[in-house]
Amino acid sequence: MVENRPFLTWLSHAIVILGLLVIAFPIWMTFVASTHDQATMLRAPVPLWPGTHLFENYKEVILNGYAGRPGTVPFATTLFNSMVMALGVAIGKILISIISAFAIVYFRFPLRNLCFWAIFVTLMLPVEVRIVPTYGVVAGLGMIDSYSGLIIPLIASATATFLFRQFFMSVPDELAEAARVDGASPMRFFWDILLPMSRTSIAALFVIQFIYGWNQYLWPLLITTKQDFYTVVMTVSRQAQVTDTVPHWNLLMAMAMLAMLPPVLVVVFMQRQFVRGLVETEK
Amino acid sequence: MEKRVTFNERWLPYLLVAPQMVITLVFFFWPSGQMVWQSVLIEDAFGGHSKFVWFENFIALFEDPAYFDSVRVTVVFSALVAAVGLALSLLLAVMADRIIRGSSFYKMILVWPYAVAPAVAGVLWGFLFNPAVGIVSWSLKGIGIDFNYVTNANQALALIIIAAVWNQVSYNFLFFLAGLQSIPRSLIEAAAIDGAGPGRRFWDIVFPLLSPTGFFLLVVNIIYAFFGTFGVVASLTQGGPGQATNILVYKVWNDGFRGQDLGGSSAQSAVLMTVVILLTVVQFRFIERRVHY
Repeated sequence: MVENRPFLTWLSHAIVILGLLVIAFPIWMTFVASTHDQATMLRAPVPLWPGTHLFENYKEVILNGYAGRPGTVPFATTLFNSMVMALGVAIGKILISIISAFAIVYFRFPLRNLCFWAIFVTLMLPVEVRIVPTYGVVAGLGMIDSYSGLIIPLIASATATFLFRQFFMSVPDELAEAARVDGASPMRFFWDILLPMSRTSIAALFVIQFIYGWNQYLWPLLITTKQDFYTVVMTVSRQAQVTDTVPHWNLLMAMAMLAMLPPVLVVVFMQRQFVRGLVETEK
Repeated sequence: MEKRVTFNERWLPYLLVAPQMVITLVFFFWPSGQMVWQSVLIEDAFGGHSKFVWFENFIALFEDPAYFDSVRVTVVFSALVAAVGLALSLLLAVMADRIIRGSSFYKMILVWPYAVAPAVAGVLWGFLFNPAVGIVSWSLKGIGIDFNYVTNANQALALIIIAAVWNQVSYNFLFFLAGLQSIPRSLIEAAAIDGAGPGRRFWDIVFPLLSPTGFFLLVVNIIYAFFGTFGVVASLTQGGPGQATNILVYKVWNDGFRGQDLGGSSAQSAVLMTVVILLTVVQFRFIERRVHY
């Protein structure tokens, strides 16, 4: 800082710490609730400090699902589905957008502008808005209750294509020129030069799209009718909406913790790529 | 912007854009076209037959007081989510920008809410404010406030605003912090030498230089409040009590899937589509302008 004002520095720390406490509080309470038994979580001031039932609750949820509901699938299956969906969406998006961006930047072909605009307008309609007709199309194709139905409709992405286009435009022309002079085919140039250079962009995009895929709610809710295909986020929300006579807050909150854990870990451990991805996808 | 050096291939580029184009056509253009088409049809009560009715669905929509209730709720909700979210994250970012020691630790925790799905965020806040066991509602009762979001319309709206702001605060914070750190130190130092205090420096230098970031975030937050908050509403209030939190994007889904009113739901989608297109155009015009800064 430009000048030394101890009071202001002290004040900034105080405000940031206060903000942190407020922001972390819901997550802390969720964790605390997931470590007590059912009876404790039904008495009005609920404890603010963790209890002793952590392993019991998580084991129950992962192996048997949400207790007291007949026929619930183990949460392990649900976690697996979410992982497949998140990885499928992230990898699928990166694959199809990197090659289409390559085509748009490095080739001249008659329908090029049309393709560019067709991809561009998809920015304008989030899936929530056109949900009813999209559901109709997917149902018509027989993709209800399948991983392809969960993944494929979500992987057309203008943001990823633009990110790669932006990056390819910044790659010096001399590289493509040299490749051409040396007689390398376009795909060879793509594999040996462009792809290795795009590593950081791919990592940044992967973090953002993994979180996007994992956190999908409405789409899996519509596309799955069998419990075997339920994803984590929709299951947590669904169980929270059912009103039990005696709710199992401890188990519900253990499920909520498991629903948050993978994306939070990704954000914390890949923070550099995450911040980069956020800023770049918005350019 | 065009590349000077390109490859000459006849079929390869088509092969490369094909996967994305096929998916876009099948899962984007086809359903969007159907949506526009359905918005001018009315389905027979017994199903099977539909009749072309011009703009009857739209007229019915605009004559429906429930729709305007939903519009009003959405406008209040979005305005508050954007205003509260931006103000809080700007405050946090300005304070965090002053801090040198421990700033990476602060940042690590502040980015958490971004990773939490809106639907899960709704469950978390629903637990804190649960009328029976919620710790916050219990504390509020202690100071004489009876908080029950299940029955009280305003409290339900307040709760979905809190959950939505919490979910979006990291995003805003990161962009504000990046904006703050890109302001040249020399400007701030020059002002300090001229005797401007921290408050004066903020309002006369930092704030104006940050306004492009702020405007960009405003658009992003409005889009988020309109469409991204579906999960928050679905987990917490399901549009209730009554219609108090029935925001437009939730209503589209509710009328289309629960109410089986395809024509009305498609007309609502078409209206929402117009809103997104307008917002996107505003955003892009602004980004063009930002290049000159």
